Amino acid sequence: MPLLALSNIRKRYGSNLVLDDVSLDVEAGEVIAVIGRSGSGKTTLLRCINGLETTDGGSIVFDGKPLPPGGADLRELRRHIGIVFQSLNLFPHHSVERNITLGPTITNKVPLAEAQRIALNVLREVDLEDKLHAYPSQLSGGQQQRVAIARALAMQPRLMLFDEITSALDPELVGDVVKVLERLATSGMTMVLVTHEMGFARRTADTLVFMHQGRIWEKGPPRELFAAPKTPELESFIRAVLDPND
Amino acid sequence: MSRDFDWPEFLFLLGALRWTVVLSLIAFVGGGIGGLLLAIARTSSHAILRGIAAAYIGVMQGTPVLMQLFLAYYGLAVLTGIRIDPWPAVTLAFTMYAAAFLGEIWRGAIQAIPRQQWEAAAALPLSPAAQLRHVILPQAFRIAIPPTVGFLVQLIKGTSIASIIGFVELTRAGQLIVNVTFQPMIVYPLIAGLYFVLCWPISLVALRLERRIDATLGIKQHP
Repeated sequence: MPLLALSNIRKRYGSNLVLDDVSLDVEAGEVIAVIGRSGSGKTTLLRCINGLETTDGGSIVFDGKPLPPGGADLRELRRHIGIVFQSLNLFPHHSVERNITLGPTITNKVPLAEAQRIALNVLREVDLEDKLHAYPSQLSGGQQQRVAIARALAMQPRLMLFDEITSALDPELVGDVVKVLERLATSGMTMVLVTHEMGFARRTADTLVFMHQGRIWEKGPPRELFAAPKTPELESFIRAVLDPND
Repeated sequence: MSRDFDWPEFLFLLGALRWTVVLSLIAFVGGGIGGLLLAIARTSSHAILRGIAAAYIGVMQGTPVLMQLFLAYYGLAVLTGIRIDPWPAVTLAFTMYAAAFLGEIWRGAIQAIPRQQWEAAAALPLSPAAQLRHVILPQAFRIAIPPTVGFLVQLIKGTSIASIIGFVELTRAGQLIVNVTFQPMIVYPLIAGLYFVLCWPISLVALRLERRIDATLGIKQHP
């Protein structure tokens, strides 16, 4: 049984069908990279998985249980699904440490001292243990995203969602974030990433999903898809991202 | 027979100043509690709550505070069937007035927090109440300091209107003293000065509070 099963997901904004019959299984330990042009529905798909967006049809089943529509049941499920966003959205009024301990102490009722130990551990995983007492405004964008990853990891999620987390960063800051992602992937974390980092997708993902016009257009091992795209849409997309001047 | 403005008259003014302070304080604290509830209601996802809060704020902001004062004064008198003391009427009127304005100021502060902060908190996953308490309100608080202090200062000065229904606060006390001394150009500048001494430090303290918060968060100071 897959950890996450999306079946026939539909999502409409007005008359615009942004997700059109999308089905995708995510096995435990699998790393799935979702690529595609902007407007292809990939971010919406990711946000549907933890209920930040509602769907207009289809089913989302996590660990054998359907996604609850909202309230305390949805909150309970979100404890197991971490997400990191494209926009830098650490809580600016809290220190790095408090950003990370908020979830464990308030949601999981972990004692503060224990949560602080967790915070130090997850910060080590993203190489930022020296920033424990810093405030977000004192960090670079890349460091903020690594703290956001640590914040999600502190909840010990079973699935991690990443929504273009390097897209808002200066190019020289992308590398450190990607390094953390690769380490996380190697550690066995189940991950679904919407990404524009083709190198990362090719090296690290088990499965590459190409979305186009709200549908999963192609899906398979990244090397195969990059080497031999079956559709002209993927072919032109790959050409565009690998050599933008072509 | 008139008498000159002297220490007893000055002490009388100071005694009345106390009532200006007490009235402002009650209105600000009571209005603050009401305003917080209104602000949360105005930004909630419940349409009925939003509507009630918006209607209340609309009515209170759209009518003169003097009318609210009259309505509270005569309204309470009609309800209780006796001619009542101005004190409960002025505290009621100013508290309700402050609640509406603070509610609207704080609604703006809450809505100034980016949607992504709510989402990040919801994904953590904090409950809606915890999202407000730990993520949204502390940030809104910082944004709300300047307009809130601006309103507090307006409120303190605005309590002078309570003199019209005979509540003896600083302004009313000044009128009484002028009536016996016939020295308005001594009494009124002095009263203006007393209001200033009350209001100015509040603005200063607020500015220092803003700077301290910004410094803690590592935010660069604006010149």
